[in-house]
Amino acid sequence: MKTRSKFLVGSGIIIATLLALAYVGYTQSKTYYHTISEISALPAPSLHQRMRVSGNVRAGSIAHLDGRVDFVLEEQGKNLAVSYVGRDPLPDTFKDGAQALVEGRLNPQGSFVAEQVQAKCASKYEAAPNSAPAGTPPGQSMNQSGAPIDGGKS
Amino acid sequence: MDIFGSFALLLAFLAAVYAFVGGIAGILTRRALLTKSALNAGMAVFGLVTLAVGSLEYFFFTDNFSLAYVSAHSNTALPPFYKFAALWAGQEGSLLFWSWLLSIYAFWALFLNRKKHPELMPYVGVTLAGVQIFFLTLNNFVATPFKVLGGLDASGAMHVARLSEGSGLNPLLQYPEMVIHPPMLYSGYTGFTVPFAFALAALLGRYPGEKWIHITRRWTMVAWCFQSVGILLGAHWAYAVLGWGGYWAWDPVENASFLPWITGTAFLHSVMMQEKRGMMKVWNVWLVFVTFMLCILGTMLTRSGVVSSVHAFAESSIGGWFVGFLAVVFLVCLAAWWKNRDYLRSDNQLDSLVSRESSFLFNNLILLAACFAVLWGTLFPVLSEWVTNNKISVGPPFFNKVTVPIAMFLLFLTGVGPLLAWRKTSLDALQRNFAWPLGGGVLAGAVAFAFGFREFYPLICLIMSVFVTLTILAEFYRGARVIASRDGTNLLTAVGELTMRNTRRYGGYVVHFAMVLIFIGIAGSAFNQDIQKEMGPGDTLVIGKYTILCQNFDQVSNNNYQSERATLEILRNGRSEMMLYPERRFFLASQVTETMVAVQSSPLRDLYVVYAGRSPETNRPVIHAYLNPLVKWIWFGGIVLVLGTGLALMPNRRAALVLRPAGEASWGAVTQGAPGSPAPSPVVRRSGAHD
Repeated sequence: MKTRSKFLVGSGIIIATLLALAYVGYTQSKTYYHTISEISALPAPSLHQRMRVSGNVRAGSIAHLDGRVDFVLEEQGKNLAVSYVGRDPLPDTFKDGAQALVEGRLNPQGSFVAEQVQAKCASKYEAAPNSAPAGTPPGQSMNQSGAPIDGGKS
Repeated sequence: MDIFGSFALLLAFLAAVYAFVGGIAGILTRRALLTKSALNAGMAVFGLVTLAVGSLEYFFFTDNFSLAYVSAHSNTALPPFYKFAALWAGQEGSLLFWSWLLSIYAFWALFLNRKKHPELMPYVGVTLAGVQIFFLTLNNFVATPFKVLGGLDASGAMHVARLSEGSGLNPLLQYPEMVIHPPMLYSGYTGFTVPFAFALAALLGRYPGEKWIHITRRWTMVAWCFQSVGILLGAHWAYAVLGWGGYWAWDPVENASFLPWITGTAFLHSVMMQEKRGMMKVWNVWLVFVTFMLCILGTMLTRSGVVSSVHAFAESSIGGWFVGFLAVVFLVCLAAWWKNRDYLRSDNQLDSLVSRESSFLFNNLILLAACFAVLWGTLFPVLSEWVTNNKISVGPPFFNKVTVPIAMFLLFLTGVGPLLAWRKTSLDALQRNFAWPLGGGVLAGAVAFAFGFREFYPLICLIMSVFVTLTILAEFYRGARVIASRDGTNLLTAVGELTMRNTRRYGGYVVHFAMVLIFIGIAGSAFNQDIQKEMGPGDTLVIGKYTILCQNFDQVSNNNYQSERATLEILRNGRSEMMLYPERRFFLASQVTETMVAVQSSPLRDLYVVYAGRSPETNRPVIHAYLNPLVKWIWFGGIVLVLGTGLALMPNRRAALVLRPAGEASWGAVTQGAPGSPAPSPVVRRSGAHD
């Protein structure tokens, strides 16, 4: 039994270390998913979270400015002003009316500062709402297709 | 023709149902003829699904756009190679493809064992048929690939619409690797069904001994090898096609393929404990159950979009079916284990912490920890939404923090394990075996440190890699020296002889070495650099030792796509080294633009150049260059991995000369120490090897 307890102690140390590491990694990278309507109702402390928001790009709202791209996301009648400040060029699929997923944080003025933007043309996928996106390869990401940017770099 | 395909599928479903119900009836009534017909029905599924697959391929090659699936995933101008691969480009086809691969495995498993194991095979047949019923249900009633466009008109008559042109194959898939990656990965996913079926069958039938492990050993290795290759090809595809400079992003779908690989790896190791020492029986049975369930989960994550559903790009009703199936599988496994748990009593206890057993235990413990962490991280958005109503995802930092130390510890065990004896290793033997490989590793680390190599994990990885490589070389050397001195051959011939006498052991070492290569390649990513710049003709960009000179931009087009192409000259130390042509292709059928990465790959580094698009402000082209050290080692490691697995699958050379009594009776392990070997040699399978 002595061997067994030694093994258990060793296992305990390993698992405790891994749990601690996992916790650190979790706090560093957790990202909340919110809908646009949820954001307005968030309690103050949650406003500093890193978050992901999706919506449709309002037609005519895309403005290319120096060092950033501003646009407005719409979802169920709610709007969110977004400033994209990332380095990568926006994906080609990012157009008026496209479905977009932005990742970043809210700034104190209530607009959203996005570091990443993923987008899909809505038209291509509306035709078949009940199936996977056309040609999503098995074993590959849904959200990588169409946009060369992805969480992998963050 | 669509009727033909759907009819074949329906018959396949009925055959599977017969194999299942008839099989159970055969077991209960003990009527051999019934059992035999059920097993035959199980084999017939293969033929019927093959007909359905052939029929769908026929539609692709004849450009029949009246079929929804064909019109959504192909077009006339698509090259034949991709028309063929379009079979698995979407949901319905992928699931059909799954069923087909499963039916191939099931056919071979039943066919090769049709005259053996009469106590076991009925249960195997029933289990395989059960899994087939699930997938064929999806194929027939939930996501049929033979759906015809059109519908009922005003008078209630069916009319068929035929589109003049399909919407084309997703351009991301128009890449040669995409033709082989899904079949590989799916062969891995489906392949684990065979060991699962045998394990469950052995448990249900209380089949004596460790025979199910011997029977499925090769099947497991084949599935594992496919899974490994599938993962690596997927990583290579992501690297070469997606154009973000990396190959692994801890994306849910990537993780899904990784999970069964982890438990499969744990299983390959822990079965040795059961074979040699009669330990870990419960553990092994559960490992193989869990591996199979993770394969199903992986297929579900890939196909249902449960995790990335904030996107709503891939929402699908199919997830519920998978959850239901997983629940049924879990309950069946739980019930089978509970009812027969006394059959799984361990023969032995752990004797010492410094033993082969204990190294396997730690190996399994941390592999399972890795599996759990990855699973947890992948499902976290779903879990957190259930518990807190807040959907939270975790990113690469979470996964890296946990898996990198695990990987280093595993690498350490890879070196240590083979040096430890079963039961107990004396300190003396330990010192003798460890001293110089570990010394070599530390020396390599010290030299690297002196040259300014300060990153913590890469340094550890370097030390461990050298250590493991030296232990592997030492193992080959020790064994070969004995053979060489006895047979009077040279050392190289002796290495060959040694390997062929115990292919499993030495093939295993080759696979270990492959893992070292892969780890080195991954560690290289700690030194990645990248730079992005707007460039016009004549502009330059400097990355590492390279200068990229932009010469011009031009346009290329054919009837599949229009392409905008950059011509870049790569200079190194002022001398022109080569040209790279990154492109952006606009695919006509799907109206989608994709980047075509240009990579100059060498064993030391990849120069990876992407034409990232045009800057929104200036409309000038943006070039993104990456310098990724050692990436090639990963792909090379993959090749070595396949070779090593192939070696381990080969029969032992001497074994052919030994008459094997009928009924696999010679599978009992024979323990022998290799003469002259300092460490008690590992157990040699089958009589005759080494002596």
